[in-house]
Amino acid sequence: MSLSPFFGALVSCCGQQRAGLEERFFSVKIFALLLALMLVLPSSWAKEAALIAEDPEIERRMIHLSEDLRCLVCQNESLAGSRADFANDLRREIREQMKDNKSDKEIIDFMVARYGDFVLYRPPVKATTILLWFGPFVFLAAGAILLLFYLKRRRRQIEDPALSEKQRQQAEALLKDGKGNNA
Amino acid sequence: MMRFLLPLVAFIVLVVFLLIGLNLNPRQVPSPLIGKPAPDFQLQQLHDSDKTLTSKENLGKVWLLNVWASWCVSCREEHPLLVQLARSGIVPVYGLNYKDERDLALQWLKQFGDPYTVSIRDPEGRTGIDYGVYGVPETYVIDKNGVIRYKQIGPVTVESLETKILPLVKELQG
Repeated sequence: MSLSPFFGALVSCCGQQRAGLEERFFSVKIFALLLALMLVLPSSWAKEAALIAEDPEIERRMIHLSEDLRCLVCQNESLAGSRADFANDLRREIREQMKDNKSDKEIIDFMVARYGDFVLYRPPVKATTILLWFGPFVFLAAGAILLLFYLKRRRRQIEDPALSEKQRQQAEALLKDGKGNNA
Repeated sequence: MMRFLLPLVAFIVLVVFLLIGLNLNPRQVPSPLIGKPAPDFQLQQLHDSDKTLTSKENLGKVWLLNVWASWCVSCREEHPLLVQLARSGIVPVYGLNYKDERDLALQWLKQFGDPYTVSIRDPEGRTGIDYGVYGVPETYVIDKNGVIRYKQIGPVTVESLETKILPLVKELQG
């Protein structure tokens, strides 16, 4: 796809190696030509990005739905984002089912029936996923309780120390004349 | 005492969780199809394009469905085992040629041997989707009632044959 910038750089580098002025001028012309080609070509080569969607509405719905589905081949990617062949097939399947007026729920049920809950990035709440859903809240609560205990204990530790009568007089004297008496 | 005990216990719990996590294989996604009827198909045969095979034809016997492709590298790894298994005659192996080209598939079988009772073609991967295929090779054990009893994700190994597939086949045939 982007070979043209490479050739452009190659030619300009060769041009600098040559000594003659005319030759360099010639290579500048080639360079300009390649530069122009570089600007023009990618847009005509970018056919792979052609719009496959005949129906933008279905495409929008499909992408929205497949963002919540896991690509099982490349497991940290969604079906919407993956370039795996497998994801392509499943996107085609979703598109076709949408054309058949299937609801989002029917399509998700179709996927779960074949690939299990694992395809869902938002798994349903059931016995096996309780820890997954509520585990973080248990940790949060445990952390909050620990913090509470810790703060309470610390408050007890830093209670104001009681001043003796002599210390109080000293402090008053200090406050009165505003000067330090380090006795 | 508590000062050290609490963090130690927390640490041990964490280590246990991490150890369990390390020993789980995220590629082995349990199939929801186990214990369910094998999805119906009617597909063109690889060797004879005029003939088809339907899943119903295999009712009444225990059979294996092996999903493979000529572009799949680990299929080569398991292939000698399948050839051996087919030769033993213990259980018929059917091949589902998944998202492949007919010429390449035929050539591949010629080169590495053909263990399949019948090979069928799924060039667009639609039957593959019905069977929940996501990592070729995959092998399904299907019982006499047409119910999927086991799914091997990834290549069949001597170990998986001896500990899982063959005992299960024997039990289902018995």
